[in-house]
Amino acid sequence: MTYPSGTEGGFDARALWRQQRDRWHHLPERTRTTIVLVVQVLIVLLLLPWWWGFAVLLAIFFALYWIPEDLAVPLGTRKLRVRAFVTPLVALALAILYPYVRDHIDSLPGVGPWPQMDTAVIMTVYAMMAVGLNIVVGYAGLLDLGYVAFYAVGAYTAAWFASVQFAKQNIHFGSVGVGATVPGIHISVWILLILAGIVTAFIGVVIGLPTLRLRGDYLAIVTLGFGEILPQVARNGDNLGGFNLTNGPNGITPIDPPGFGKTLHDATGGALPDNYLALADRNKAYFYTGVVLLAITVFASLRLRDSRLGRAWIAIREDEIAAAAMGIPLMRTKTWAYASGAFFGGVAGAFFASFKSSTFPNDFSFNISAFILSMVILGGMGNVWGVIVGGAVLAYLNQEGLANIGAKLGIADVPLYASGIFGAILVIMMLLRPAGLLPSARVRAELEEGVHDQPLYDASG
Amino acid sequence: MSASASTEALPTRWVPRVGLLPAIGLFLVLLVLVWLGVNLVKEPSAFAATFLDGLTLGLVYGLVALGYSLVYGILELINFAHGDVFMLGSAISFGVATNWFSLHDTNSLGKLIPALIATLAMAMIVCACLNATIEFVAYRPLRSAPRLAPLITAIGMSFFLQNVGLRFIGSAPVSVPNILSHKAVFSIGGHEYRWYQLIVGVSTLPVLFGLVYLVQQTRQGKAMRATAQDQDAAAMMGINVNRTISFTFFIAGALAGVAGLLYAIYTTNIAYDQGFTLGLIAFTAAVLGGIGNLPGAVLGAVLIGLIQQFNEGLSWHAPGSDWTQSIVFSILILILVFRPEGLLGERTPEGG
Repeated sequence: MTYPSGTEGGFDARALWRQQRDRWHHLPERTRTTIVLVVQVLIVLLLLPWWWGFAVLLAIFFALYWIPEDLAVPLGTRKLRVRAFVTPLVALALAILYPYVRDHIDSLPGVGPWPQMDTAVIMTVYAMMAVGLNIVVGYAGLLDLGYVAFYAVGAYTAAWFASVQFAKQNIHFGSVGVGATVPGIHISVWILLILAGIVTAFIGVVIGLPTLRLRGDYLAIVTLGFGEILPQVARNGDNLGGFNLTNGPNGITPIDPPGFGKTLHDATGGALPDNYLALADRNKAYFYTGVVLLAITVFASLRLRDSRLGRAWIAIREDEIAAAAMGIPLMRTKTWAYASGAFFGGVAGAFFASFKSSTFPNDFSFNISAFILSMVILGGMGNVWGVIVGGAVLAYLNQEGLANIGAKLGIADVPLYASGIFGAILVIMMLLRPAGLLPSARVRAELEEGVHDQPLYDASG
Repeated sequence: MSASASTEALPTRWVPRVGLLPAIGLFLVLLVLVWLGVNLVKEPSAFAATFLDGLTLGLVYGLVALGYSLVYGILELINFAHGDVFMLGSAISFGVATNWFSLHDTNSLGKLIPALIATLAMAMIVCACLNATIEFVAYRPLRSAPRLAPLITAIGMSFFLQNVGLRFIGSAPVSVPNILSHKAVFSIGGHEYRWYQLIVGVSTLPVLFGLVYLVQQTRQGKAMRATAQDQDAAAMMGINVNRTISFTFFIAGALAGVAGLLYAIYTTNIAYDQGFTLGLIAFTAAVLGGIGNLPGAVLGAVLIGLIQQFNEGLSWHAPGSDWTQSIVFSILILILVFRPEGLLGERTPEGG
């Protein structure tokens, strides 16, 4: 009789993977550096004749890879780490250049053309949501399966205060492209972005207070419950005791566009658009707005991570009991994580609603929650840059990439199976590379060396 | 909780204090009871008919809920993919019953019974093997990983299976022909209780009793209970933990197969996304009864089935079917907030 192989028996793709990776790590430093360099040069050279745009993009990122991580230049009393400073600037520059170069840079290998401008806008929105969810899942380690609820609250906040939904009111404040006689509440979309964030953060606290006491998987299922309830409320909300709150399945449309108004437009010599909808290349304006919002989100997310609160989140993720013993108030810290994550979800939702000029209850299914979660997992939990890449790539695939691939392979209904493909990605990623494509070093250590141990019970309970 | 534990130790406390949370919980339960009572008085026959419908539906939910409870009991994992295994069970039953046997309620009993048994066996075996395979591929390699890792693969698996169903069923719901007779058994004040409902409801009972026997009385059941308590200790006692876990998934899958067939007969249509919705309802039932507790899962499922039917069938101030999902999830949230151990569960550190 063989002794049972305990908990680690059976098909173990991870063990094989780990073994191969260890072999790689045991090669001498010089050999590894040379191999990496040769491979990178080969990749770029091979791609150059066919997809030169993509090859140049890769070359730029490969170049960033070779900046030593600890290289720093003195700046006043502080030291400026070159790589950490240059990488975001390069990414931002690439994003700013994108609308101008898109038509001149061939296509993406194996997929098709580079993303359309409207897809690019959606990519920034999803990247924002993924960064927001990353605060909850990646930093604080709370699995939230109902993130779409925050997105919905944000979208509906924008819809209520920038449309004709409440036709009995007639409130105008800084809105653009809406005549003064148009009924309804019309408030400037810029204000609404912030308002949506605040409202959503408040909803996050309301949802979080009773549920955050629960342990990991129970919390996941409760958030999933909220994620199902809120869209249903939106669907049935055309007659809440006789009051039409959400216009039911018909959704609220149109929603006012963003814009800076005539005064700012003239004052800046036309640099800031008067009204986005009136522009010929409005997707470019939306894209830049999305990039700015994403940049703000990333900045806030990184600063939060390094703050006292962020370190408390990471401590809770790693070991709740130890964190509580060190004097971290569990409930308050977790609630803050929820509120912060919700804030960005709300802002993204409001911006998205204004971009689409509509919001429907069917936009907020569980698929979207799982989709955003896939972005975080694919990119690498806890690593903002990885999450942005994950968000952009998956949003692109969902929006047009899968259709392009399907067309290339001659299969018509690939996009129909998008959620199945993302599901398979989730499974394969968890099995082979649980820390994501661009993992944060700390999460990788937890996931692969078993440092992390889910606490048995909530120490505050 | 720790605060109340320390205050209980004080000898000076004479009057038992009712906490705010239990008071609110009791108030909510009372509210529901009053609503039910008024409905009973206003329309007793509709109430009775709805009650029977709910009971039948609840028993079918119970089969799915047991699958969640079994797996949760042994691995402490919410097997999200379970609902989709159930959906595939429905799809397979539909395919076998209508495409192979072209069953219909006009068939003679001599054809109907063997064909139904063959369909049932087919659905059970396929679902059982599928569920065990899912465990082997997606959960076993992650058994020592943090708990969220298998939960995420479970969600991924769920979506994957849902798309397999989408491939076979298509995106629109498919209606299933009446396989069992839709003639009335008896009627209560104009509300008929039909044969297919009776047969579906009654046929869940031997499955439930068989499962209880398996878990409580057999050697394999003992191994399952031991593994659920402590995997390492069970392994030291000579129990093959991996095989026991595989067996548990196998049984859970077989239950999902039975439920799939019965559900297809009962609702007379199948959809590729029924697994997600019903899976969540069944999970709520399992939590309501006390997850990991088998009689609790059935009790919870019957309660959820009743609540759903009362909500959709009663006339006095019932929110109606638009709100069913919201009500079920609200129950889930309320249960987790007020009594995380469920109705029959024991208070464990994990529950809070």
